[in-house]
Amino acid sequence: MSSAEVPKSAFWTTRRRDRLAGYLFVAPQVAGIVVFVLVPLVLIFYYSLYDWNVLAGTFTFTGMSNYRDLVADPRLPSVLRTTAFFCGGLVLLNMALALFLAVLLNQRLHGTAVFRTIFFSPVVVSLVAWTIVWQFLLQDDGGINGALSAVGADGPNWLRGDVTALVSVIVLQVIKNVGLNMVLFLAALQGVPAQLYEAARLDGASAWTRFRRITVPMISPTILLASIITVVGSLQIFAQIAVLTQGGPGTSTTVLVYYLYQQAFQFHDFGYGATLSVLLFLIVLVLTVIQWQTRRRWVEYER
Amino acid sequence: MSVRAKTALYGLLCLMAVPFVFPTWWMVTSSVKPVSEILSWPPSPVPTTFSLDGYREVFEIQPFAQQYFNSAYIALVVTVGTMAVSALAGYAFARIRFPGANPLFLFVLTGLLIPSEVTIVPLFQMFNTWGMIDTHWPLILVPILGAPSVLATFIMRQFFLALPDELEEAGRLDGLGRFAIFWRIALPLARPALGAVAIFTFLHSWNLYLEPIVFLTTPANFTLPQALTQFVDAYGGPMWDVQLSAASMTAIPVLIVFVIAQRQFIEGLAHTGLKG
Repeated sequence: MSSAEVPKSAFWTTRRRDRLAGYLFVAPQVAGIVVFVLVPLVLIFYYSLYDWNVLAGTFTFTGMSNYRDLVADPRLPSVLRTTAFFCGGLVLLNMALALFLAVLLNQRLHGTAVFRTIFFSPVVVSLVAWTIVWQFLLQDDGGINGALSAVGADGPNWLRGDVTALVSVIVLQVIKNVGLNMVLFLAALQGVPAQLYEAARLDGASAWTRFRRITVPMISPTILLASIITVVGSLQIFAQIAVLTQGGPGTSTTVLVYYLYQQAFQFHDFGYGATLSVLLFLIVLVLTVIQWQTRRRWVEYER
Repeated sequence: MSVRAKTALYGLLCLMAVPFVFPTWWMVTSSVKPVSEILSWPPSPVPTTFSLDGYREVFEIQPFAQQYFNSAYIALVVTVGTMAVSALAGYAFARIRFPGANPLFLFVLTGLLIPSEVTIVPLFQMFNTWGMIDTHWPLILVPILGAPSVLATFIMRQFFLALPDELEEAGRLDGLGRFAIFWRIALPLARPALGAVAIFTFLHSWNLYLEPIVFLTTPANFTLPQALTQFVDAYGGPMWDVQLSAASMTAIPVLIVFVIAQRQFIEGLAHTGLKG
């Protein structure tokens, strides 16, 4: 510390002023998390103990009754299965395709910038607009089936079949967002020293071995971060379902967030909505803890 | 790389590009076709008959200009607000030593794990108590201060961690206070990270769908994603030409923001410590 620095008063030393600045700087964010995350989080546990129909105006303490309903809910197994299938499919497909595209476009090749822009471009299209376009393409007499019939195949009515509707939502979501992970992976790939590949090539390692033994370990921290963001993001999917299938046919595309929305805001059952929120929170928590715990096994090094 | 391998690679890339390009291309070209041509097969790559009826009707069916303005100003306020909140917090967590900084940072990070979908029911009730239902306050306050801004704070912190100490030392010797050091030295250097935060935040706000349909009830207050789904005929069937015209128009601001901030975005990602 330089001797030229003289505190303005005995109490407000430079050190104290600096600390105060620290608290003031983080205050808006910390206060926001308290008011808009912590308080509502406590409230979902509280509300879940009440029978609360906002339309009827009932608000009565019923203890664990909502949780008993949850366990007995005949639709819940299907909703959870759909959510699991949806997240699993989306994350695997997204990560695999993003990595594949990033490695392809990391080659020294003319025109990679154009292809990067192309694969990134759906990210820029507004989500509901994108969904509306696919809704048209996936109709029974829409563009996809038109293209299939042109090559002599007969496509199903995509959005009306249990499995095809779910697969459609996954695929259109992957195409929409894979560009984000691709850019993350590309940035990571640029940081891998070229000498590693040269050395491996001299040792006669195949392209696949180089990918497995150099590329994946070197960018594994990015893969971990991208996978956490993608998993949490896939649990949040709502607009695509609401616009495209309204959870149907039946409950075949009703994921947990959509079911929660239906119960709370369409059937006005806030108590049960809060109980489903608790369930969603626990699922997010468990998934994140698992990912974090397994990181040592496959993340090569950390900052 | 051999010529054959190169050709195969280009072929593969072109083939894979189709589902990425075609929907957007089709959306924009169809928006200037009459309905009959939109529905015809095979689709014409460029419109044979040019019609702006869809674009005219968009504004007749709903207060679309108002809705457009709503989305634009909300996204702008949220973006600027998030940049301010996350830059301040990210800077303090990275560079200022104060007691409790680490626990507070971990506390803020929990926002990453708790998406706003989990808390939407109590949030609705809170805003209801405050008389803010059918206003834009929930769409502005929650993204700026709540869970959605945590990723931005994390990105800003990662960036500020990498700044060399000497830069700030120089400022301190010149007698600058903390805020002056932040504002005049650190922040100007953080432009790539701010660019990344700006794009992320703008896209997030622009695409918000669950929150608007939960919080807003009057069509004049609607935002674009919500408005897009309202273009249906008397039988509930979608009016394709109108929907596609409206959808095309929603892509424009995002495109502008992206073109402006693209370089900063890519650089920002490379500098945020997300790099392997």
